[in-house]
Amino acid sequence: MLDAKIPAGPLKDKWTSHKNKIRLVNPANKRKYRVIVVGTGLAGASAAASLAERGYNVDAFCFQDSPRRAHSIAAQGGINAAKNYPNDGDSVYRLFYDTIKGGDFRSREANVYRLAEVSNGIIDQCVAQGVPFAREYSGYLDNRSFGGAQVSRTFYARGQTGQQLLLGAYSALMKDAGKGTVTMHPRAEMLDHVVVDGKAKGIITRCLLTGKISAHAADAVVLATGGYANVFYLSTNAKASNVTAVWRAHKKGAFFANPCYTQIHPTCIPVHGDYQSKLTLMSESLRNDGRVWVPKNKGDSRRPSAIPENERDYFLERKYPAFGNLVPRDLASRNAKEQCDQGKGVGPTGHAVYLDLGESLGRLGRDVIRERYDNLFEMYERITGMDAYKEPMMIYPAPHYTMGGLWVDYNLMSNLPGLFVLGEANFSDHGANRLGASALLQGLADGYFILPYTIGDYLAVQPPGKADTGHPAFGEAREAAVRRTGDLLKINGKKTPDEFHRELGRLLWEKCGMSRREDGLKEALKKIPAIREEFWRNLLVPGSGEEFNQTLERAGRVADFLEFAGLMVRDALERKESCGGHFREESRTPEGEALRDDANFAYVAAWEFKGAGREPVLHKEPLAFEEVHLATRNYK
Amino acid sequence: MAKTINLTLHVWRQKGTQDKGRFEVYKAEGIDTDMSFLEMLDVVNERLIKEGKEPVAFDHDCREGICGACGAVVNGRPHGPMDKTTLCQLHMRRFKDNDTITIEPWRARGFPVVKDLVVDRSAFDQIMAAGGFISVKTGSAPEANTVPVRRQDAETAMDAAACIGCGACVAACPNASAMLFVGAKVSHFGLLPQGRVEAKERVRGMVARMDAEGFGNCSNHYECEAACPKGISVSTIARMNREYLSSELAE
Repeated sequence: MLDAKIPAGPLKDKWTSHKNKIRLVNPANKRKYRVIVVGTGLAGASAAASLAERGYNVDAFCFQDSPRRAHSIAAQGGINAAKNYPNDGDSVYRLFYDTIKGGDFRSREANVYRLAEVSNGIIDQCVAQGVPFAREYSGYLDNRSFGGAQVSRTFYARGQTGQQLLLGAYSALMKDAGKGTVTMHPRAEMLDHVVVDGKAKGIITRCLLTGKISAHAADAVVLATGGYANVFYLSTNAKASNVTAVWRAHKKGAFFANPCYTQIHPTCIPVHGDYQSKLTLMSESLRNDGRVWVPKNKGDSRRPSAIPENERDYFLERKYPAFGNLVPRDLASRNAKEQCDQGKGVGPTGHAVYLDLGESLGRLGRDVIRERYDNLFEMYERITGMDAYKEPMMIYPAPHYTMGGLWVDYNLMSNLPGLFVLGEANFSDHGANRLGASALLQGLADGYFILPYTIGDYLAVQPPGKADTGHPAFGEAREAAVRRTGDLLKINGKKTPDEFHRELGRLLWEKCGMSRREDGLKEALKKIPAIREEFWRNLLVPGSGEEFNQTLERAGRVADFLEFAGLMVRDALERKESCGGHFREESRTPEGEALRDDANFAYVAAWEFKGAGREPVLHKEPLAFEEVHLATRNYK
Repeated sequence: MAKTINLTLHVWRQKGTQDKGRFEVYKAEGIDTDMSFLEMLDVVNERLIKEGKEPVAFDHDCREGICGACGAVVNGRPHGPMDKTTLCQLHMRRFKDNDTITIEPWRARGFPVVKDLVVDRSAFDQIMAAGGFISVKTGSAPEANTVPVRRQDAETAMDAAACIGCGACVAACPNASAMLFVGAKVSHFGLLPQGRVEAKERVRGMVARMDAEGFGNCSNHYECEAACPKGISVSTIARMNREYLSSELAE
């Protein structure tokens, strides 16, 4: 039975009373403990720095050449906090409620409340670090409304909030690296997880420069390795973002929760060719002044400006008059797909809809629009070669974020004692759909203000320094990693890792993307093993394992995506309801909207690995709602 | 609209830091002009792999111009011919049919070549560790609005903080100087009240480390500003020099 270890007592007192009761590690003893942190994005960098400041010895690993390049850097919009500076009625409770509702009531009340509770401290911390948030002429911090929220609670640094927050956490990390309390291991990829006597005790890494595979031992392991949206091949994630670290931990016993919860962001630049390597997000702030439409008639190939007003279908405004173009991400994405599936999509591929700022340009003038969105218009022009001041932009949804991840309890510890999972890599706070500007919040909450407390509760009862790479478990895991790397190299077939990755991505996008159906999911479950089988028979990786070999890196990541994909589809098949980003075509209202099934599916699906080729076992953690009433999201 | 072009690439190939390296010539045919520069390299690499040859190694990750991983000297210019653009955001419509393109790694003493177009920029992390921070411990920060910051100062700090650490400034400089990188960080923190407390130690620590890592000095060519994909101004170097001087005078 899964125990989430939610503290007793009223919701608003849980975190405080928990902090007051959990065990502490004596300051003089902290230096005897070693903690491994994998990943240096917002969650990993903030955790590594905060743990080092408290006196622990930290080993931090990232596969990039510098910790500053983790993919948190690409977040544009902002970070939510309940400061209520604009005096518009915000509060910790409202941020909590909006987040739990936005997640379609599939997250834990206690976790989400804590997230809202620590949000204000994060803003304080970041400002003290020198994060240059936007300010008003008074010199005080500015806020904006984001993602359709009814209060202005989002702090931002131009369109580069993720970059600035990450550079803040990175500078804290480098401060500790300079002092020697953090040892940085850049260009190191985690290949396996080591468990000794049922506890997480270390990792196996491959140095990407030399190919050396080595073992690292510690008293606890923290994974902050991000999400798995690249399972779709094309996503807004960075090219090297991958599932390997969490998947390896899963295969060593950590439960994987809600893998089918993926977020497809509505406003991305559409795919334009087979060579395409990634998709680019355009900030959804564009929906504040843009109108989404398609031609009413199928196959209407006229230029958009030649299509008269009465032959355009502003489908979001028509279907959701109350929210219009500002409906949540999952609805906006699904509706765009629906229009394209009906043959009304635009552009060379038919997989795009218009995002038209023409009316706003007329109403507000070019100068106002330029001030608000010029960087986005410029980015659009750079990528597509088209001028969005003259013709409406074309957009299409793209995989962007994954709410699922390793299962963790209230202490952010997985079911494997000593393994902690932070940020996008865990499943805990966003339910079935994440709200805009809350990913940055969660990463920093976990790293700065939650893990540094909860890890002490675990370490306090562990004798320090007992992990040793001399233990046979390390040797075995290391040898397995060496073998596996060798296996990838010796196949010597005909297809590149990217070819397999594309094939997998296309399959998942069609069968387990924005909308899912039983027969399609079953079909995917049959096809994935076939791709995997061909991968291990027909892969081609040039070069050797003892050198800088980027094809080999990719091959290892694709191999793990091929295994993980099966679990994602399995989970999507099991969850017969529609909720958040997971839309099952069989489960909808008479109007065609998503239909949640609280009686049967108000639980966290936590999957246990049972061995290669064997069915995983589903454990259910029931979600109890004491504070909020389960309601149907209505944006009509 | 999209069309296809044929190109000849002269690409720097170097097996490792100790290897001498040389240019190799590749044909890139049927390149869609909607491709990004890195997608063009992907196409060439897929073909090389299929031919059983080693693909061209190059660093890249976000491919939206913010992570700072990518970069190569294209026809003599870091990040290629477009102003304020990282290599991943450069698109092939900027090139013509039958163009010859020369692609080289950053060349600087502080950035040893790892392989082909990949260089070791860890010196930047070392410089950051020598003072590129405000030493506030987690949990000890005051309420965020306690100290107002002049909007203009916050905006100028943000201009400097936009640095992505790609190293194009070093590659562009005839002296392989890292002063734009260091100046940007010193300016970002120095312009904010919370950064003033450690300003002297910061500039001295970072400059000393910069020198120790083998970067050259600034002799006012301003090539760094021209190459910077984020348009960081050379005025940050002037600010750094002022801060350095005043920290020396205070000794």
